[in-house]
Amino acid sequence: MSKTYYDPSDLRKFGKITEWGEELGNKFFEYYGKVFEEGALSAREKSLIALAVAHTEQCPYCIDAYTKDGLQRGVTKEEMMEAIHVGAAIKSGATLVHGVQMMNKVNKLDG
Amino acid sequence: MTKLKTQSLKKRQSDLANTNKQLEILSNGIFQNGELPTFKNKIAETNQFPLKAKALEILQINVGYMCNQVCEHCHVDAGPDRKEIMTKDTMKQILDVVKTTGAHTLDLTGGAPEMNPNFRWFVEEASKIGIKDFIVRSNLTIIRANKKYYDLPEFFKKHNIHVVSSMPHWTRGKTDKQRGEGVFDMSIKALQELNAVGYGMPDSELKLDLVYNPSGAFLPGDQASMEKDFKKALMEDFGIQFHNLFAITNLPISRFLDYLIASENYEDYMYSLVEAYNPMAVENVMCTNTLSVSWDGYLFDCDFNQMLDLPVNSKSKHISEYKTELLEGRNIVISQHCYGCTAGAGSSCQGTVA
Repeated sequence: MSKTYYDPSDLRKFGKITEWGEELGNKFFEYYGKVFEEGALSAREKSLIALAVAHTEQCPYCIDAYTKDGLQRGVTKEEMMEAIHVGAAIKSGATLVHGVQMMNKVNKLDG
Repeated sequence: MTKLKTQSLKKRQSDLANTNKQLEILSNGIFQNGELPTFKNKIAETNQFPLKAKALEILQINVGYMCNQVCEHCHVDAGPDRKEIMTKDTMKQILDVVKTTGAHTLDLTGGAPEMNPNFRWFVEEASKIGIKDFIVRSNLTIIRANKKYYDLPEFFKKHNIHVVSSMPHWTRGKTDKQRGEGVFDMSIKALQELNAVGYGMPDSELKLDLVYNPSGAFLPGDQASMEKDFKKALMEDFGIQFHNLFAITNLPISRFLDYLIASENYEDYMYSLVEAYNPMAVENVMCTNTLSVSWDGYLFDCDFNQMLDLPVNSKSKHISEYKTELLEGRNIVISQHCYGCTAGAGSSCQGTVA
């Protein structure tokens, strides 16, 4: 067994998940491919969304994959960093907005 | 002024200046231990081995390796220190062949082809022959490098030259990173001058195309989308227009191979190329309709094979002994660098092929 939980070369093996569950695996990859096609949003915009989500999900495979994908699409490092800040802002906002729940509870119990 | 990005492998006396060393790297390691299939085995899977040359359509002439730039990823290992320059005698031999072949495209490359002292003479003579598409691959900065080149846009126009120019990105940072400090600003100025004489305008017959090749260890994105982004940015920021964008994959040879190894990206890059292999692209790879002529007149299947010293597999090895019947149908010489032309939508000097 590997001594680390993540191995960058495992990303290349992602497709192999179909070997232990062909139908669902194939459906997933078909869906995945369709999602990233050019649509109402451009493939470039989708790539930046994916990069931001990759960070909020803290998925190292996805970060590698969508950094490279962005470079291939001509996305600049400034654009990438801004996208990540959008993810970070939502993550921190999601934490902080729960502060209202805390305030509600304090007011109810000790107001 | 531009600042040179680096030095040629030859000047640095790098191991990789020896082409045998490059071919050894491309054949060993992951391709020797079976981790990845060799290009020969890969194309054999779809019965496409051996690759055969079809009728000649494009004659690509490398008039010399001298260049005013030293780009990070140059597959020619070109630079100011390279003294390999085509002579007028070799040019005359080429003109004799151009008159007799059915090639519809003549493609001049380098180095900076304009730095060959007989460049203008050659263009004038070749344009008299009436080739349908006469390309000069200009690095743009040469147009602004010295007063003696300032009239190149007018010269190109006079001879109805199709100008194809490298432009790695629409931003200064990414362009200068690959091609040297100051290259972006000078390239923009040169493009504006080409536009001013009519090059690249929507209805103009003066063709101006740009070549995009990635600035690092990744493959080019979709050519049509990149073209849209380039057109929008260059128009909005600088009022520049051009016709088509050719997205070209960096082949793992010469200075790009050196970069891949030094940055520890070589194996991942080869994986990317092999994973993106597209048998449809093999059908139209440029080596099947192109012949590359080196500065000293020798014949190669493509410019990349020329830089790897892999001569054509034919009894006609030099332009002075050019014989259509000996070259047509020849087996193309291949190695693992060929994966660069068959990845994704494929890659050639004219952009994607599939």
